Amino acid sequence: MKALAAKRRHRAAPVVLMVLALVVMGGLFTVFAPQPAEAEEEIVADAAEGERLFITNCASCHGMDAQGSEEVPSLIGTGAASVHFQVVTGRMPMVANTPQAEAKPPQLDEQAAYDLAAYIAELGPGPAIPSPTQVDPELGDAANGMFLFRTNCAMCHNAVGAGGALTEGKYAPALWESTGTEIYEAMLTGPQSMPVFNDATITPEEKRDIIAYLDAQRDPHPGGLSLGSLGTVPEGIWAWIVGIGGLIGFAIWIGARSS
Amino acid sequence: MSMEHTSPQNRDAGTSVTTAAAGHGVPERFENPGLAPHRERLSDKDPVAAKRAEWQVAIIFLISILATVGGVVGFYAFPVDQPDLGSIRLSHLSLGLGLGLGMLGVGVGAIHWAKSLMSDVERTEDRHVMQSDAETTATAADMIRDGIKDANIGRRPLLKGTLAGAVLLAPLTFLVPFIGGLGGDWNIDRFRRTAWAPRTTDDGQTEFVYLAHDPGGGRIRAADITEGSIVHVMPYRLEEEYENYLDEKAKAVTILIRVDPRELKEPEERRDWSYDGIVAYSKICTHVGCPVALYERQTHHVLCPCHQSTFDITDQAKVVFGPATRPLPQLPIAVDDEGYLYAADDFPEPIGPSYWERDRV
Repeated sequence: MKALAAKRRHRAAPVVLMVLALVVMGGLFTVFAPQPAEAEEEIVADAAEGERLFITNCASCHGMDAQGSEEVPSLIGTGAASVHFQVVTGRMPMVANTPQAEAKPPQLDEQAAYDLAAYIAELGPGPAIPSPTQVDPELGDAANGMFLFRTNCAMCHNAVGAGGALTEGKYAPALWESTGTEIYEAMLTGPQSMPVFNDATITPEEKRDIIAYLDAQRDPHPGGLSLGSLGTVPEGIWAWIVGIGGLIGFAIWIGARSS
Repeated sequence: MSMEHTSPQNRDAGTSVTTAAAGHGVPERFENPGLAPHRERLSDKDPVAAKRAEWQVAIIFLISILATVGGVVGFYAFPVDQPDLGSIRLSHLSLGLGLGLGMLGVGVGAIHWAKSLMSDVERTEDRHVMQSDAETTATAADMIRDGIKDANIGRRPLLKGTLAGAVLLAPLTFLVPFIGGLGGDWNIDRFRRTAWAPRTTDDGQTEFVYLAHDPGGGRIRAADITEGSIVHVMPYRLEEEYENYLDEKAKAVTILIRVDPRELKEPEERRDWSYDGIVAYSKICTHVGCPVALYERQTHHVLCPCHQSTFDITDQAKVVFGPATRPLPQLPIAVDDEGYLYAADDFPEPIGPSYWERDRV
């Protein structure tokens, strides 16, 4: 202990302490972070319960009859898929009026999302929530999914689904964490800035191929450091700061007089 | 030529600098201060420090050896001939670290050795005049002059002419295949049109080109396009009809977007270019030709991913932001009896970035 106390004024002490603190925080987070609940059992949607949830959680903006207003979209005819997507990804209920409703820890659970979806679906016909076989990546063709993703999705969501920027604070989110159901629903309903890809534009089988392609991107990266797969900007930062910075450091060291 | 600690007086006076602004405490000439006195390093004076530096170098070399061994072990420990991507990743990582640290260790160790233990006494070598002395240059000039006289080129015009001809013709074996290899097709007009242009069949009928899904290839019904959707399209049967269909596709790629027809701002002469809120624009940016396809459904803007040029789809694809200077060319579309969309004509202007024969806007 005495040796440790003597070292506390060492010039490397802050760095060592910082690294230790980060490791401890990271370790604690992995141990205590809430694990996403696995919905194994069949969910039976209850539209009456959905209406009650709608009045308490959504009606303040979307109106008592979900008719919306000038600022807020009407939900009549948006369909179950849209409601389920917005609720399970935590985008709705919205917290603040930001450039786009951001994904956050869901405020309502899976059962509540199904109830709300059933209630909204009763108000007017719209796209339904896909079945588990429709979104099963095992049944899709990842190679065909790549062709479709590259043409229809990659310009906003990045070639492997790492996300990207749009205008004025809006962005296309990363798809690493999205479930197959969420990806399917997003294509079908076009949330916020995203365009709609209906079943005539991208057929249900093709949607499943895209889900299979995105699922395959979550495998470990065989090429070493992927830098978030974000493309030229992080790669450029790496090359200029770490690469060229390192070379400059070595040049200075080689030229410096030895003490 | 080499000597230690050259004194300033021995140096060439030309290396010192003359200043224009003499006075104000600035000397008229800066004298060459010469070499600073040699300073001994810690390892020169203290045997303990020298021993420590020796150990440091040895440890760096040892790290290099261990890294190389680790890289070789990693090559056998993590096989790459199986579908486990994690094993491939570890194999690449260990090979990279082994090679990187192995080489870096040799270099860093050698430099540390040179810097801390090898002799660092400064040595100087003075410059000398580059030009040869007058006698040598005169002899060389005489030799050349004699050589020309002995060769007698002026007295043999036949040889002079044939030599000039041979020299001039020699590059032809390079130039003729180079220019001939460009091919016989000098029809530059095909750069102006795309595969969307209607064709005239042998019996004088006009044949229009249908819009097809990219990459699916199926034709598109207008009724199947939901408001707020974007469809990436290419000409129908492109692969069957063109030998070099990828070239044609690269020019013809188009985005099809459906908006609320009331939001479209269309001039009178383009009123029939859209169909019930469905508009088609070239996907090739007018700046440097990137595919413009980031469509924001709520603002009706399409963005170019390369330089953020932004086009307003509801207003003739007018540029609202970014370096592009011209709107995206619009493809006039129409619907046949069965409801399928086809191109009523080619793009009204060449697609893509500016080039020399284009009217400047």
